[in-house]
Amino acid sequence: MKVSDNQDLNLINYNISKPLHEQTSIIDSEEGQDVNKLIKTNTKPLSEPIIEVPDGLDRNLMITSVDSLINWGRKSSVWPLTFGLACCAFEMMASAMSRFDLSRFGMEVFRASPRQADLIIIAGTVTWKMAPVIERVYNQMPDPKWVISMGVCATSGGPYYQSYSVVPGVNHIIPVDVYVPGCPPRPDALLYGIMMLHEKIKRYKNLDLKQIFE
Amino acid sequence: MEEYSIYFERYGYFSLFFVVALLVPAGMLFGSFIFKIIGIRKNNPTPVKTDIYEAGIRTFSSRWSGFNFRYYTFAMMFLIFDVEVIFLFPWAASLIQLNDAYGLTVLIEMFVFIGVLILGWFLAWKQKAMEWI
Repeated sequence: MKVSDNQDLNLINYNISKPLHEQTSIIDSEEGQDVNKLIKTNTKPLSEPIIEVPDGLDRNLMITSVDSLINWGRKSSVWPLTFGLACCAFEMMASAMSRFDLSRFGMEVFRASPRQADLIIIAGTVTWKMAPVIERVYNQMPDPKWVISMGVCATSGGPYYQSYSVVPGVNHIIPVDVYVPGCPPRPDALLYGIMMLHEKIKRYKNLDLKQIFE
Repeated sequence: MEEYSIYFERYGYFSLFFVVALLVPAGMLFGSFIFKIIGIRKNNPTPVKTDIYEAGIRTFSSRWSGFNFRYYTFAMMFLIFDVEVIFLFPWAASLIQLNDAYGLTVLIEMFVFIGVLILGWFLAWKQKAMEWI
């Protein structure tokens, strides 16, 4: 799986002994350099993470049943990150409320920290200024992690396609598993996308015997 | 001997609870360790992942920075009145049972206690401890 790994820490040139308000211009300019760097480098969409289809006889009955058990556990408690960008976020909130009830899938806990989240729902228009934040939050999530691109803005830029400030699809920054169409998609559509993600999670292979015995 | 058995009957459950409270997290940690070895739990720490989470923006200072000293007075006052509330709860719970013999005494004593603290509160108010200078 190819992931856009901006893994250098790249600390901001900040002097702790000076007050913060004297240095905001430095911090702002460095953040702007980050954004410009992303605009230049991320010009092509990343490919969708593809599940390797197992072949050969190293996949026996025991391993596959362990796999299905783990995948069942993972799919039954996908914890999304609290991350709303634009109006799609309201539909995301509505899908968590009692009428549509996201907790049927065991995912009513919208975690406030990426350390505890499995899934990031990109709900809304992704601007280039927000792009480094999304990349960093995605990189801070623990493996395995999944991405749902919700709405047409996050999928392809939507009405702001070819705008100077909007990312033409969040897959330029992070690899997306499931795309949900709509502007904004109704909660039903988001729930369908989540169910499709569940179908995808069910096919992961977790136990790698070669890795253990080598 | 019988006293001991009653004693263990009452507090044995507590020790059992303590043992379970030790075993469950230890088992979870051990299971997590085993899962890491056989490759179910992925372990891929990167510099960004282990860095401070600051709502997605780049970190630009250490966590060990100084706090403003003005918070100190607020923290002290909060602590005092918090402890007062902690004393109020058992008092309120046992007041009905004490009603026959000591009820009035206990009631007046608690009001004296609250009154002393309210006097201190007025003093803090007068000395401008609650103003953000």
